[in-house]
Amino acid sequence: MDKLREDILGLLGEDSRLGASRIAKMLGADEKQVAAAIKEMEDSGIIIKYTVITDDELADKDTVEALIEVKVSPMYKHGFDAIAEEIYQFDEVKTLYLMSGAYDLAVIIEGKSLKDVSRFVSEKLSVMDKVLSTATHFILKKYKMGGVCTKSCNVVRQAVHA
Amino acid sequence: MRLNQIIQQIKPSGIREFFDIVSTMPDALSLGVGEPDFITPWYIRDAAIKSIQRGYTAYTSNKGLPALCEEIAGYLSRRFGIDYDPKHEILVTMGASEAIDLALRVLIEPGDGVLIPSPSYVSYLPIAMLCGGKPVSVDCTQHADFKITPEALEEAAASNGAKVLIMPYPNNPTGAVMTEPELRNLLPVIQKYDLTIVSDEIYAELTYDGKHVSPASIDGYRERTIVINGFSKAFAMTGWRLGYIAAPEDALAAVLKVHQYTALCAPTPSQYAGLAALKDGRYDGYKAVDDMKEEYDRRRRFIVGELNAMGLECNLPGGAFYAFADVSSTGMDGQRFARRLLADEKVAVVPGDAFGEEGKNHIRVSYATSLRTLMQAAERMNRFVARCARERRAGAEL
Repeated sequence: MDKLREDILGLLGEDSRLGASRIAKMLGADEKQVAAAIKEMEDSGIIIKYTVITDDELADKDTVEALIEVKVSPMYKHGFDAIAEEIYQFDEVKTLYLMSGAYDLAVIIEGKSLKDVSRFVSEKLSVMDKVLSTATHFILKKYKMGGVCTKSCNVVRQAVHA
Repeated sequence: MRLNQIIQQIKPSGIREFFDIVSTMPDALSLGVGEPDFITPWYIRDAAIKSIQRGYTAYTSNKGLPALCEEIAGYLSRRFGIDYDPKHEILVTMGASEAIDLALRVLIEPGDGVLIPSPSYVSYLPIAMLCGGKPVSVDCTQHADFKITPEALEEAAASNGAKVLIMPYPNNPTGAVMTEPELRNLLPVIQKYDLTIVSDEIYAELTYDGKHVSPASIDGYRERTIVINGFSKAFAMTGWRLGYIAAPEDALAAVLKVHQYTALCAPTPSQYAGLAALKDGRYDGYKAVDDMKEEYDRRRRFIVGELNAMGLECNLPGGAFYAFADVSSTGMDGQRFARRLLADEKVAVVPGDAFGEEGKNHIRVSYATSLRTLMQAAERMNRFVARCARERRAGAEL
């Protein structure tokens, strides 16, 4: 991928509201070219979605999130893809990664309560064909997400204004 | 206390008073910061930490760690094409600030004219005065892109017993840079008055269009120039107090004398940090510095675009991280604008008159802050300017 697209993605990652006009200005590039590049990346799926990173603690969000380590026995010819597909169908599953190391799939789910999450694991996830074992870890506190810190870690480093 | 006359005449920094107010407003957006918003890269911090753990806590040689002097000489040669002997022509100082003090102290005789571009950084004038020198303004207008022109220099140098010319480029607060031809053009006037140049190049790495040109790289300059630079802006090491002087042997011996009696040596951990900064930079061509510059470049284009769109005329600065905007289209001067902007929209910028008379209709906007903060500030400034325009149309006194 060329430098322009890399830079555009970098800036959009910084703030997805920027828009082609401001991005073009910042990169010293032609606006039409930038707009075309963005559209192209949206169409090809490089840019999947524009969203927002929120501080859920500050927003008093009442949900519970958990990271579940899942060990599976991969299917002949289909590998992990088929199992992954079954798992990511669930709305509760926000994130799904195939991992190297001690377990195979990292699943991050969001539920209404501890009970809700436990029920998902015991009734929907663990019982799946090919799932060998699960280990559920509850997320207690988020310090940093997507490269940005939450209110919990806003350290003032600059003492002087001069 | 029986204080001397000169110190009583010197005014405290104009910026300080303003920011004492800002510090009482926790949710103010400060665009007044004069330092990078990046933290010193980890590998540099690590080198300092290791040096402390190993117990390198004693004085270094007055000149600075020999290895550091070597690296500085190599850096100046590689990056800016100026060659200095690390053993006799380089001095490690406590920031470029100490370097400015040393240079002026060894050059100025009581009554000597010290030519200082206006607008420029606040320290030159008070130090010149403390040395018994006579500060003389070289007027740098927006029309001339805030650069020194031969005409402005001639006007300032004539009949002022001018001895020293301070050349701070890239410039704080205007962001102006001097190109090679522009520097050459000044030589005839400089030679006519036999001026000694103090070249403050602390923002050298933050030069956006083309490479920074040090006056010392031009024939006719080197033998009359004291080059000042440092680590603060290039490596985000403002708090470490690490800078250096590069100058011909006789000048270096002179500043060394003062440094020996006053500072003794720059902080030892800082020197080890600086050593790591330059050594590591050699391996990847100072990529971290270039990445930082690229980030600043985007912010520069963004904020200058926004300021001009608001009707605050602002040239695109060639270096540093400041935008110097003319606010007279709002009917207010820099002071008035800055105070009202702070009161109404909680955005802090520095009034231009803090940097000299030429800046009285300007504000200095620092873009050494996150894009997010810049965007929010631009929005608030937009609102403010629009509101002021409405008030003026309604005939109100601003």
